[in-house]
Amino acid sequence: MSLDKIIVIIVGVLMVGITYWFFLMRRNRVVNVTGSITIVVSGGYAPEVISIPAGKTTKLEFFRKDSSSCLEEVVISDFKIRKFLPLNEKVSIDITPMKKGEYLFTCGMNMFHGKIIAT
Amino acid sequence: MTEIKKTFAIKGMHCTSCVFMIEQSLKSLLGVKEVSVNLATNKATVTYDSKRVTDKHLEDTVAGAGYQALLNEGVEKEGDDWKERQRELKILRNKVFFSLILGGLVFWGSFPGLMETAPWFLKNFWVQMILATPVQLWVGLIFYKAAIPALKHRTANMDTLVAIGTTVAFFYSVFITVFPNAIRAIGVSANPYFDVAAVVIGLVLLGRYFESRAKAGTGEAIRKLIGLQAKTARVIRDGKEINIPIEQVFSGDFVRVRPGEKIPVDGVIKEGESSVDESMVTGESMPTDKKEGDIVVGATINKTGTFVFEATKVGANTMLAQIIKLVEEAQGSKAPIQRVADIVSSYFVPIIIMLSILTFIVWYVVGPTPSLTFAILNTIAVLIIACPCAMGLATPTAVMVGTGKGAEHGVLIKDAESLELAHKIDVVIFDKTGTLTKGIPEVTNVVSLGDLDEKNSLALAASLEKGSEHSLAEAIIKAAEKDTKTEIFNIEQFKAVPGHGVEGMVGQSKVILGNRKMMKKEKVSFEKFEKDIVKLEDEGKTVMLLAKSEILTAFIAVADTVKESAEEGVRMIKALGIEVVMITGDNARTAGAIAQKLGITKVLSEVLPSEKENEVKKFQIAGKKVAMVGDGINDAPALAAADVGIAMGNGTDVAIEAADITLVNKDIRSVAYSIKLSKRTMRTIKQNLFWAFGYNVILVPVAMGVLYPFFGILLSPIFASVAMATSSVSVVTNSLLLKKSKL
Repeated sequence: MSLDKIIVIIVGVLMVGITYWFFLMRRNRVVNVTGSITIVVSGGYAPEVISIPAGKTTKLEFFRKDSSSCLEEVVISDFKIRKFLPLNEKVSIDITPMKKGEYLFTCGMNMFHGKIIAT
Repeated sequence: MTEIKKTFAIKGMHCTSCVFMIEQSLKSLLGVKEVSVNLATNKATVTYDSKRVTDKHLEDTVAGAGYQALLNEGVEKEGDDWKERQRELKILRNKVFFSLILGGLVFWGSFPGLMETAPWFLKNFWVQMILATPVQLWVGLIFYKAAIPALKHRTANMDTLVAIGTTVAFFYSVFITVFPNAIRAIGVSANPYFDVAAVVIGLVLLGRYFESRAKAGTGEAIRKLIGLQAKTARVIRDGKEINIPIEQVFSGDFVRVRPGEKIPVDGVIKEGESSVDESMVTGESMPTDKKEGDIVVGATINKTGTFVFEATKVGANTMLAQIIKLVEEAQGSKAPIQRVADIVSSYFVPIIIMLSILTFIVWYVVGPTPSLTFAILNTIAVLIIACPCAMGLATPTAVMVGTGKGAEHGVLIKDAESLELAHKIDVVIFDKTGTLTKGIPEVTNVVSLGDLDEKNSLALAASLEKGSEHSLAEAIIKAAEKDTKTEIFNIEQFKAVPGHGVEGMVGQSKVILGNRKMMKKEKVSFEKFEKDIVKLEDEGKTVMLLAKSEILTAFIAVADTVKESAEEGVRMIKALGIEVVMITGDNARTAGAIAQKLGITKVLSEVLPSEKENEVKKFQIAGKKVAMVGDGINDAPALAAADVGIAMGNGTDVAIEAADITLVNKDIRSVAYSIKLSKRTMRTIKQNLFWAFGYNVILVPVAMGVLYPFFGILLSPIFASVAMATSSVSVVTNSLLLKKSKL
């Protein structure tokens, strides 16, 4: 086998490994929230994982800076919320989780995910 | 102190000093505890003592500061989101045109078989680079703008795939154009792929444009509902009629509505009568006659008369606002069937990237010559053909169209889970009173036996019953009042005999109305007519005997009558192969008579309200999925216990807690409609998921080149972009077909 093919195999396998590690092995920092928080919508959600108190109302302000149509809606299906997020505008969503647990929020096409942990 | 918190919109704010001014003026109001004004959302949140501060106080205070408080803006302004989406769609359309025109020219000059017809300059690689560069770096910026922030979050999506694929094609081509000898030195012909980069961007965006347009159609129901609301109301204040915006109408205001006008908010008619077309809100097809004391619903149309009504529900409390909220909530909920798609889509894009790298390795190492060209083109094809969007759109778009279609027909579905469950129903249990029947007794038969005819017998009975408070008395009086020429008899010495009936004197004659016991007590012979009486009783009717001067003169049958839609409604459910059961507290004979009329064979009679829940559970233990249909108030535990609780609309409250589905049109036929809608929506979801999964499972390996060793088939990246663009559009279009399906 020629040298270029050996290099392609080694670099290729390394890239597969890096892709797996980069996308599928990431851990998110949990941001503790009391009262309200602005979640910036740009290539995903920042912060992506928030911890909020159960039984209390928390205001989530989604601020979409990303023109991608994928992120134009936010869906928090456990709270039956689907909201259009106009570009460069804040959209407030009040949620009151009555039970402790994890609740997902996603984009309208379910490609981007964030998590609300009610404690 | 009764402390409440209220959030309302404020018009006219444009800077932080506006925020300060409004906050200061509201804080100066006695009774106001906390104020927070948000410039970004143009809203104020005020915590105050509701005994000291009214809506009017808040409104006046904000007005005093030079702004406008919209306290009752419960329903969203028509199409704010819609306009924003349209603006974004227009920008996208221009970019599609731009990229397809430039991409088309590059394609013409470089595609074998077509390039021979192209002018010489289009075949020049430098010209192709000049044409493709704005497409890649300006139009394609949309993909980079989405992909780069996503990479910062260590996530990837559709845009990441398109960005990687087209970037590889574009910069490989730039390298070939600038350094053609370098590529020839390694034995590869110097052919750039600017056409791949530019055309793929154009086609992917074209797909996205059609998808956005189609997606806009899925939310049409909400837009239609929002568009229904009236803009202004003619309110009577200080004896004058004034036209004011609907947001300024308060509960307790008197509002005048003229023929042809839209009723602005919910309320109760205080003066006048009319016929009202409620089809747009309740789905009820026939205009309803309204008179003093009747409820009117905002956004419905007054047909003929003029009337004044007192506003009882405004802003977010109107029936229309509640319906919009309920439909919006249902559209934001997730169907359990979506879980599989959720799991797959969270791993999908990274897996595609890994597969594309593997494709490159395999084609480069074991592929035919020129292996680099094959490796690059097939890698790009894998990246481009993968369509995670179709999986993401498969379920929510169908749920949006399904719940919207339901709302247009007066069927409000609480969430996607209820919609999904309804298609599995094996048994529908109907509560009898108030659901299958009107719940109000009506006179069904008047049989005259003596010298008084039927009309006068009824008039005599009604005159007697005027003093009675029995529920059957109301039915007799109502029946007699239908005829305006009814003679009113003067009754003296009225007496109610509990458990028997009533008696009184008309002139010199003693008149009695009651059951057999009453007749026996007064020594009135009725045995000769026993057969006729029993026949009526077997039909589930209550028979009252009328005697004058100890002679039986008539008998009157009263019964709770079935709703007009009940018989057909039951037949429609049975036609779906679903068992229909009736549950009631009535005795077996009355229940049986009604059931027979409706064609229901299984009847659970003499069931106490508290036992209905257990009856539902018995069916569930037997492995059946149960829908319980009731009024939502007395049957709440049974509705909650059922797999799907269906409640009949009640007044202007549509959010019935225990119900999964609320029939605001109060039509029994809508039970079958709901089940059919659920079945049809689930079919669409399954078709969409099958298509979305099947598409990726089949075409990704084809793009990788698995068919090449056997059939020599490869997918060009351009074909891959056509397939990808069509994929998500077809899923959304399939969901939209649901709108046109006849149920």
